[in-house]
Amino acid sequence: MPNYSWPPMEQRRVMGKRLARLDGAAKASGKAKYNSDVRPAGTIHGAILHCPHAHCRVRSIDTSAAKALSGVTSVRVAAEPGKEIMWPNAEIAFVAARTEEIAREALRLIKVDYEVLPHLVREENLAAAGSRAKPAGEVVTGDPDAALRSADVVHEGEYGIPVITHCCLEPHGSTVQWSGNKVEFWPSTQAISNVGGDLAKGIELAAGNVHAHMDYVGGGFGSKFQADLWGIQAAHMSKESGGKPVKLYLDRAAELTIAGIRPSVYGKIRLGAKRDGTLVAWDSLTWMTGGMAGGGLNADLLPYVFRNVPNRRVNHTAVATNTGAQRAWRAPNHPQVSFVTCAALDDLAAKLNMDPLDFFKKNANLTVREAVYVSQLDKAADMIEWKKRYHSRGDKTAGSMKRGLGLAVGTWQGGGHASQCRTNIHPDGSVEVELGSQDIGTGTRTIITQVAAESLGLPMNAIKLNIGDNGLPPSGASGGSTTVGGVASSSRIATLNALEKLFEAVAPSLGAPADQLEAVDGKIQVKGNPAKSLTWKAACAKLGVKTISENGANDQRNPRGLNAAGVGGVHMADVSVDVETGVVTVNKVVAVQDCGLIINPKLAEGQVFGGVIMGICAALMEERVMDEATGRCLNQDMEFYKLAGIGDIGDIQVHMDITPDHDKRGVVGLGEPATIPTIAAIANACTNAIGVRVPTLPLTPRNVLNALAGRRMA
Amino acid sequence: MSKKDTELKPKPAPESGKGFSRRGFLGTSTAAGAVGSGLMEQTAEAAQGAGGKGITLAGETEITLNINGQPRKVTVEPRTTLLDALRDRMEVTGAKRVCDRGTCGACSVIVNGKVSYGCTMLAIDAQGKRIQTIEGFGNHPVINAFVQHDGLQCGYCTPGMVVAAKALLDRNPRPSSQEILEGMGGNLCRCGTYVGIKQAVAEAAKELRGGRNA
Ligand code: FES
Ligand code: FES
Repeated sequence: MPNYSWPPMEQRRVMGKRLARLDGAAKASGKAKYNSDVRPAGTIHGAILHCPHAHCRVRSIDTSAAKALSGVTSVRVAAEPGKEIMWPNAEIAFVAARTEEIAREALRLIKVDYEVLPHLVREENLAAAGSRAKPAGEVVTGDPDAALRSADVVHEGEYGIPVITHCCLEPHGSTVQWSGNKVEFWPSTQAISNVGGDLAKGIELAAGNVHAHMDYVGGGFGSKFQADLWGIQAAHMSKESGGKPVKLYLDRAAELTIAGIRPSVYGKIRLGAKRDGTLVAWDSLTWMTGGMAGGGLNADLLPYVFRNVPNRRVNHTAVATNTGAQRAWRAPNHPQVSFVTCAALDDLAAKLNMDPLDFFKKNANLTVREAVYVSQLDKAADMIEWKKRYHSRGDKTAGSMKRGLGLAVGTWQGGGHASQCRTNIHPDGSVEVELGSQDIGTGTRTIITQVAAESLGLPMNAIKLNIGDNGLPPSGASGGSTTVGGVASSSRIATLNALEKLFEAVAPSLGAPADQLEAVDGKIQVKGNPAKSLTWKAACAKLGVKTISENGANDQRNPRGLNAAGVGGVHMADVSVDVETGVVTVNKVVAVQDCGLIINPKLAEGQVFGGVIMGICAALMEERVMDEATGRCLNQDMEFYKLAGIGDIGDIQVHMDITPDHDKRGVVGLGEPATIPTIAAIANACTNAIGVRVPTLPLTPRNVLNALAGRRMA
Repeated sequence: MSKKDTELKPKPAPESGKGFSRRGFLGTSTAAGAVGSGLMEQTAEAAQGAGGKGITLAGETEITLNINGQPRKVTVEPRTTLLDALRDRMEVTGAKRVCDRGTCGACSVIVNGKVSYGCTMLAIDAQGKRIQTIEGFGNHPVINAFVQHDGLQCGYCTPGMVVAAKALLDRNPRPSSQEILEGMGGNLCRCGTYVGIKQAVAEAAKELRGGRNA
């Protein structure tokens, strides 16, 4: 059996290099075809009629005029009379027509009579939630009441972080062609190996009859794992339209309201410490909404990271609201609990008159990776010149511009998912690496190719990589930062298995046993004896007419040291706040990220930059605004659902914690951890600048000015 | 509901044949007679003939658009945006449809030398104008700069970013870092690639000036 271990750090020739991403040119030149660009011959267009009410019952629906419109090929009712609709923009009917313009016009001809029912769409006031609030039950360790009574300093505060949406730039949707008993499926997905089967289930077809293919996806962030009702209805409409491909993508309003949200978290928190800063007790009541299902929060997540506080009480309540359902959102629940926890700890430190840097370090023993956090806090403090620039709460300098520093922590698992890979070595020397994975923008294509090139001693361009198809060996969905560990491991194993077969085939010619051969610099040679070698091409020619095709899998129960889970990270922020306008400006964010073995530092840093920028968006501007009077979302467009622009991000500095010790752990995913602490770091910096806590995010002028005026939450 | 039904009130069409408002067309019908352009009358009549009275302005007509220096015929409706004409009728898919409301810049194309949002211009209004899309950029140094500085992740915003960057450098070969932020400020990225984009635009500017720093 080959030795699958990663080559030692200093011997790597392709892995560890700052290579540009392989599909960069295709994407940056506009040549890359996303599935929303793909239009197979004969494609027709679908459109969706969405419900205008937050809660209602369909009394009647009349589609006759839509059906009669010239160019319309299929009209399907998704909400039959009597059906109760639970959130705004829920799907009422679907239309397919020769052009998108005709399909949209047909929607306007559908007459629906609704019986409007009472709704709840806002959750920040728990008392108003009534029977919609479902407590999850209390979790207690130690004696929090006694600990709070005997604590030297107790802080009590309220914190809120609202619902935000994924806002993938490529909307959810697909093109589907159902003819006979075969379905061709071009989805925008994070899960190409599974999504075909999901569609097959939805349309009651054998899984093997659905072929799914995708070369590029325009963002997912946790919201694109399923075929969804939109894929299922597109399939039916294709069948009803004589097997023509139906292209159906959500418009932006639907994308922002029914294609996934990140649940809110609101909380009342009490915590206590000894005079020397030792945290002794935590008591929290949190609540959130993730739509009608409410929204669960694992009690183990509170207090975040400082989980081993000896006395804790955790209560959580899920609030069912008439709003679109939650989906996994880059590090599910972690950014929210990082904010709630780090903000409360920061406030407690202020009450103790302690520098939060000292306070967090003092309590690092309550985390499961004390040494990591202490060293990361020191590193980040150096990068942002904390010691020199930190002032106690409230910038006392004159003028309306106040400046402050803040910090926060995060953690994530990120072990590799189940992944299978096949490597083919052909007699002509060409190599294919094949797996049913997808590159969601993280650089998956590039890192798999680096692993294969490293393993075979070949240049990057000698490897042909095939991904993005459910006919390939199945690989896990890209979620939870599990992809890099999974695919790096499976492609390492499959490629070394194939190489072993090649060694066996050429061993006689080189006069050495197969296990004494190595692949280096485009040659197969006897270990340590370059004189006894064959070029890669000559070696492969020894295969005659036989292609080598070998499989490899990442076994999650035994990742063979190739990948691992569990990282920590620290972010620090420097912000300026204009106390007259309430405008918060990010000057700088530093991110120190622990990450295991890094296959491509350029792409790894890109993940961290991206994570920080997403955190800036959520800290400063992102918020889904629901209107309790009408039950509607008030900002279901990108003018008012704000994302940061290039001028909003300040200076971002990333430090990857690359050390031999971390490298030895193998590959650990880092898409999620990189986005977790930014929000709380910025919120704490804002508090440090203006001297008061802005309890509810985002840090919009309205929320900042309310806090300065002493008004309470929301 | 689509947002269009509830939020977009029908607006009177403009008096002249220039600058048709997309929102007006996407709203419910206005009388065909309110539209001044000969072309519009023609298509509106076609629509009336086909569908009866009081309907939206519909009906297809063949127009010619000048795309990357080539005259190309395409059949559109009056309400078809330039972006949808490119993407759904001409297989020109570098420009992406994201917000569809002139906010994000993913649909950027260059019209008569100016960056424009393809989603806020009607195809019929683009007749007789020089339309440059990313497909016509060849191996422009901006593209390689984005790749080398990793100014992209999922890549969905990227063609629009590249169009904006090229247009910025065409009009200002020596942008300051502040001018880069302003020039790229009309484009949004969800993956958070702005750090690489800043570097890419600055480097492309240098490269276009022949590698000179000054
Ligand atoms: S799609 Fe045109 S600006 Fe967003
Ligand atoms: S790279 Fe994904 S939206 Fe910009």
